[in-house]
Amino acid sequence: MGIVEAILFSVITAATPLVLAALGELVAERSGVLNLGVEGMMIMGAVCAFAATQLIGSPYAGILAGIAAGAVFSLLFGFLTLTLVANQVATGLALTLLGLGVSGMLGESFLGMQGIKLQPIAIPLLSKIPVVGPLLFRQDAIFYASVAILVGVHLFLFKSRAGLKLRAVGDSHSSAHALGVNVIRTRYLAVLFGGACAGLAGAQLSLVYTPQWVENMSAGRGWIALALVVFASWRPWRVVAGGYLFGAVSISQLHAQAFGIGIPSQFLTALPYIATIVVLILISHNRRMTLINTPASLGKPFVPDR
Amino acid sequence: MRIELEKRAKASALFSILSPFIALALTILFGGVMFALLGKNPVTALYSFFVEPLSEVWSLHELAIKAAPLILIGVGLSVCFRSNNWNIGAEGQFIMGAIAGSALPVLFYDWQSPLLLPLMMLLGMIGGALFAAIPAFLKAHMNTNEILTSLMLVYVAQLFLDWLVRGPWRNPQGMNFPETRTFGADAVLPEMLASGRMHWGFAFAIVAAVLVWFMMRYTLKGFEITVLGQSERAGRFAGFSSRKMIWFSMLFSGALAGLAGISEVSGAMQQLRPVISPGYGFTAIIVAFLGRLNPLGIAAAGLVLALTYLGGEAAQLSIGVSDKVTRVFQGLLLFFVLSCDALIHYRVRLVWDRFAAVKTEEAH
Amino acid sequence: MVPVLHAAKAGEIEEGKEGSVPVKGQTASGPLLAVRQLTKLFGSFAACNAIDLQIEPGEIHALLGENGAGKSTLVKMLFGVLAPTSGEIRWRGRNVRITSPSDARCLGIGMVFQHFSLFEALTVAENIALSMNGSVSLARVAEEAARLSQIYGLPLDPKAHVADLSVGERQRIEIVRALLQNPQLIILDEPTSVLTPQEADRLFETLLKLRSEGRSVLYISHRLEEVQRICDRATVLRHGKVTGACDPRAETPASLARMMVGSDVTVVTPEGTSTRGDVQLEARHLSVAARTPFAVSLKDICLRVRAGEVLAIAGVAGNGQSELFDALSGEYPVADDDAVQIRQRPVGTRNINARRLMGAGFVPEERHGHAAISGLSLSDNLVLARSQSDRQAFLGGGALKIIRHGAVKAATRRISEAMDVRKSGDDPPAGSLSGGNLQKFIVGRELDRQPAVLVVNQPTWGVDAGAASRIRQALVDLAKAGSAVLVISQDLDEIFEVATEIAVINEGRLSDPYPARELSREKIGLLMGGMSGKTESAGAAHAH
Repeated sequence: MGIVEAILFSVITAATPLVLAALGELVAERSGVLNLGVEGMMIMGAVCAFAATQLIGSPYAGILAGIAAGAVFSLLFGFLTLTLVANQVATGLALTLLGLGVSGMLGESFLGMQGIKLQPIAIPLLSKIPVVGPLLFRQDAIFYASVAILVGVHLFLFKSRAGLKLRAVGDSHSSAHALGVNVIRTRYLAVLFGGACAGLAGAQLSLVYTPQWVENMSAGRGWIALALVVFASWRPWRVVAGGYLFGAVSISQLHAQAFGIGIPSQFLTALPYIATIVVLILISHNRRMTLINTPASLGKPFVPDR
Repeated sequence: MRIELEKRAKASALFSILSPFIALALTILFGGVMFALLGKNPVTALYSFFVEPLSEVWSLHELAIKAAPLILIGVGLSVCFRSNNWNIGAEGQFIMGAIAGSALPVLFYDWQSPLLLPLMMLLGMIGGALFAAIPAFLKAHMNTNEILTSLMLVYVAQLFLDWLVRGPWRNPQGMNFPETRTFGADAVLPEMLASGRMHWGFAFAIVAAVLVWFMMRYTLKGFEITVLGQSERAGRFAGFSSRKMIWFSMLFSGALAGLAGISEVSGAMQQLRPVISPGYGFTAIIVAFLGRLNPLGIAAAGLVLALTYLGGEAAQLSIGVSDKVTRVFQGLLLFFVLSCDALIHYRVRLVWDRFAAVKTEEAH
Repeated sequence: MVPVLHAAKAGEIEEGKEGSVPVKGQTASGPLLAVRQLTKLFGSFAACNAIDLQIEPGEIHALLGENGAGKSTLVKMLFGVLAPTSGEIRWRGRNVRITSPSDARCLGIGMVFQHFSLFEALTVAENIALSMNGSVSLARVAEEAARLSQIYGLPLDPKAHVADLSVGERQRIEIVRALLQNPQLIILDEPTSVLTPQEADRLFETLLKLRSEGRSVLYISHRLEEVQRICDRATVLRHGKVTGACDPRAETPASLARMMVGSDVTVVTPEGTSTRGDVQLEARHLSVAARTPFAVSLKDICLRVRAGEVLAIAGVAGNGQSELFDALSGEYPVADDDAVQIRQRPVGTRNINARRLMGAGFVPEERHGHAAISGLSLSDNLVLARSQSDRQAFLGGGALKIIRHGAVKAATRRISEAMDVRKSGDDPPAGSLSGGNLQKFIVGRELDRQPAVLVVNQPTWGVDAGAASRIRQALVDLAKAGSAVLVISQDLDEIFEVATEIAVINEGRLSDPYPARELSREKIGLLMGGMSGKTESAGAAHAH
């Protein structure tokens, strides 16, 4: 691999967790649920994936553990916001705070341990294509999963009847209820999917991106994923574009630090966060566009008549 | 089995008072289970976590020191949350307030004057408010979500502080440690009582809580905050401007967070370090909700959350559990607080059979 | 998916069974739907109390009742949205339990909702597909919908987004959606409340065609005139109970109204003073661009209201009424100061409180979350509207602006007595009042100030007849006492009761005003449809 390929490869690796978490959150938000707990679910995914990999010895067990951890945490969120009708913003924050706390405690005994990296799988023939082959077809299972999830989410939302129902719930939960769509169940499933994706994204962090456990290793990526959903105006393909853009920003600042271009490293590290703010400003200052794209019942509580 | 909610005609006054206590009880119960799972005797563990820190004078002082920033920030956040502005970047405003206020004792370390301390406090408030002005401006004029921007700015503030104390503000006589000069005597917030370390930051917190309580309870400004938080449209009908309220609530909470930051640095540390807060800005969110967004409730809740910090330290020493337990307790507490709030607006019942239940209508 | 008629089996059952509504002059055939002793409790409140109802094949059956009489609750139970507390529903003589809308659809019951159950962000075809079972492809759905809309004269574009459609078009989607299920019974909940008289006529033709095919229609309304016009039989509800079953054509509007309301309702008659005063409220070439993608822009609106006049603005919902209210009230000030004048002073750029201080009062359409906040007490809701206009009385403490709760509570009591507001307790939360009582309070809150100018949007929307007549009388009295009153309303009955002058708003344009006595319903209907407004707007008018 040449230097350019290596850089592009690292961009993909940095973007994959963002894309995964954002796709999951996109589905949840399309159903009308704003889950601000992505960061918490992601960090739980990271610690559980790392722990399971260490204990069982297989990173694939880690992947499953990460998904399960994110899913369990999302159910907690679902129980509070959907069953007990708690405020979604506050509950999302609670999920993040709890996730950071629990992961810190669970991960304490794994600090400093050498991780087991998820190995890439070369796809026969395709991986032999110059440039594209090593970049896209000599990747790890989580990258392939992210591609499958992207295509799956797109087909589900815009080509399937179930996806139509989910979008309908996000547009007007009372109308959907009147037509006999089970609003609460739809939202539970959407939140669960979002949690599983965030957990998988976390697993990618502790198994691929930096195969070890570091406290708070998600470092705000869950929040960036939330911003990505807004940036993408709730469309799956745009999530990918945004995710890779952010991957590029964070990789370029790493390389800039390595080359020592004379800018303090702290400023470079701050770059992805500042980029997030800039991107949010660019996308949302057009109030009209935002209004059209936002799922109309996003963040609003629903209690059915009985 | 399912859980069904029946909307109450009126919010239950009983559960408004009870729900934080139920949440606390549930948290302690769960905490006991957690300690048992960790192989500790839950009774002794809970005792050393929640009771021991209250048994000595010096630790009560520590409690007040930790509660001061939590209450100050929490009170400011209550104004934000009540007006439906979700400032979750108080941690960043805390740091920027601390930096702004420390500029005088760090850069003009020779200057000693009785004016120094008031100026530092003022600068701290301005620093916090200015940093909160960024998400305020972006929300009010660029329609940008304040949750995400204020949170992103926390990382920026942390990195900025890190750069300062390792770079330009590092103590030249400090053996390359990443910290600033120690503040001069006139730059240190004095202790309130002779018996211990508690400084005047705690007095600021209590005064802020009482003033904000008065504002919310009796004045038109408090009414405006409540109205705009419940319905922007009704606020507009009343002639209130939600845009001005964004500015007011964000600057106000930013200033209080900034004051908390400089008080903490001046009163408890006397210098800047790369990390000056064990997450006060985030824990204060829990404080605000546990206090049910009522400033007096927040003062009490601040003490409770301060206890979790001390309890974590104490439990680490006495029974050898990680101080990470603190964060778990805090997260659990917020979860239970939010769950128990359902009791205020709804009757909650378990339903075993779909048709046996008396079913009720949501009243919009 | 061609609608197949289930031929009524002649001569099976002659009479309604015991306990059901007695049927007058019904021809031979079993009832399609029979409801017995159906009851729905919300807590201890009986929204529906032992309702009996029987619908024959091939009839248009009216369900009459005031707001809050229990009509919507009853049909929600029939459509499986609400579960009954007790009682039984028989469909073609068989006892059925309808637990979801899809159960209802399987039986052959279709529903057209009052507040449409449509999704703005989705296309017409997607909206229709949502109520069908999953195996039918979207393309097939669109095809079928196009075919049905042809047959029944309900033109629709399957690819259009609902957000871009008019209210009338939206209703067509609902009807086509119901028809696609090939239903034997179609329930329409207050279908004409959003239509122009001409659009309503077209709807009636569709309903008659459905009846001629042997289908039944349950037609819910509180409009006596149209019930008499198209319905074969009527069941009347009051306070959740059946108070009568009759042939509407054999009754008079007065006798039907008595069954609905339980007593004679005082009829309000407009009587502005014969001497009109100066112009108190004026809009001069008021134009406002649409603020959101779903809003209507106002185009060159001119109006004048003199002291002693009630100018009513008629129009179908969504034609710029709320935008006009926003501009006149100053909730959203406009760029041109001269475009709005209150008591002959320009106020276009001034905010709502500045306008209040000049003697104007405002009553918005939406009670909850706009005119009032449900969770706050009545006295707090009084401060909401009058914190500036009455700051001498209500605020103290100088710059601190401390609210004088004593003075506010006294004023709340005064208003409640003046308007006969029924409430539980001294100062309950606004949300605990019934719609009518809260509206009386909201209107009384302004009348208490004796405003020189009053702008009211939908003064009696969703309010019971007693409260409505009281509010209307108060508006007429205010004008008589020398104030200028502007009423925006979609209810033609209301408009004829209160107005001295009438203008019609359509797609953000306002027609010339006409003296109320010279204007017929037909003429208003044409204006509402944009047919003969101002001549220069003819090209832009949206022909249905």
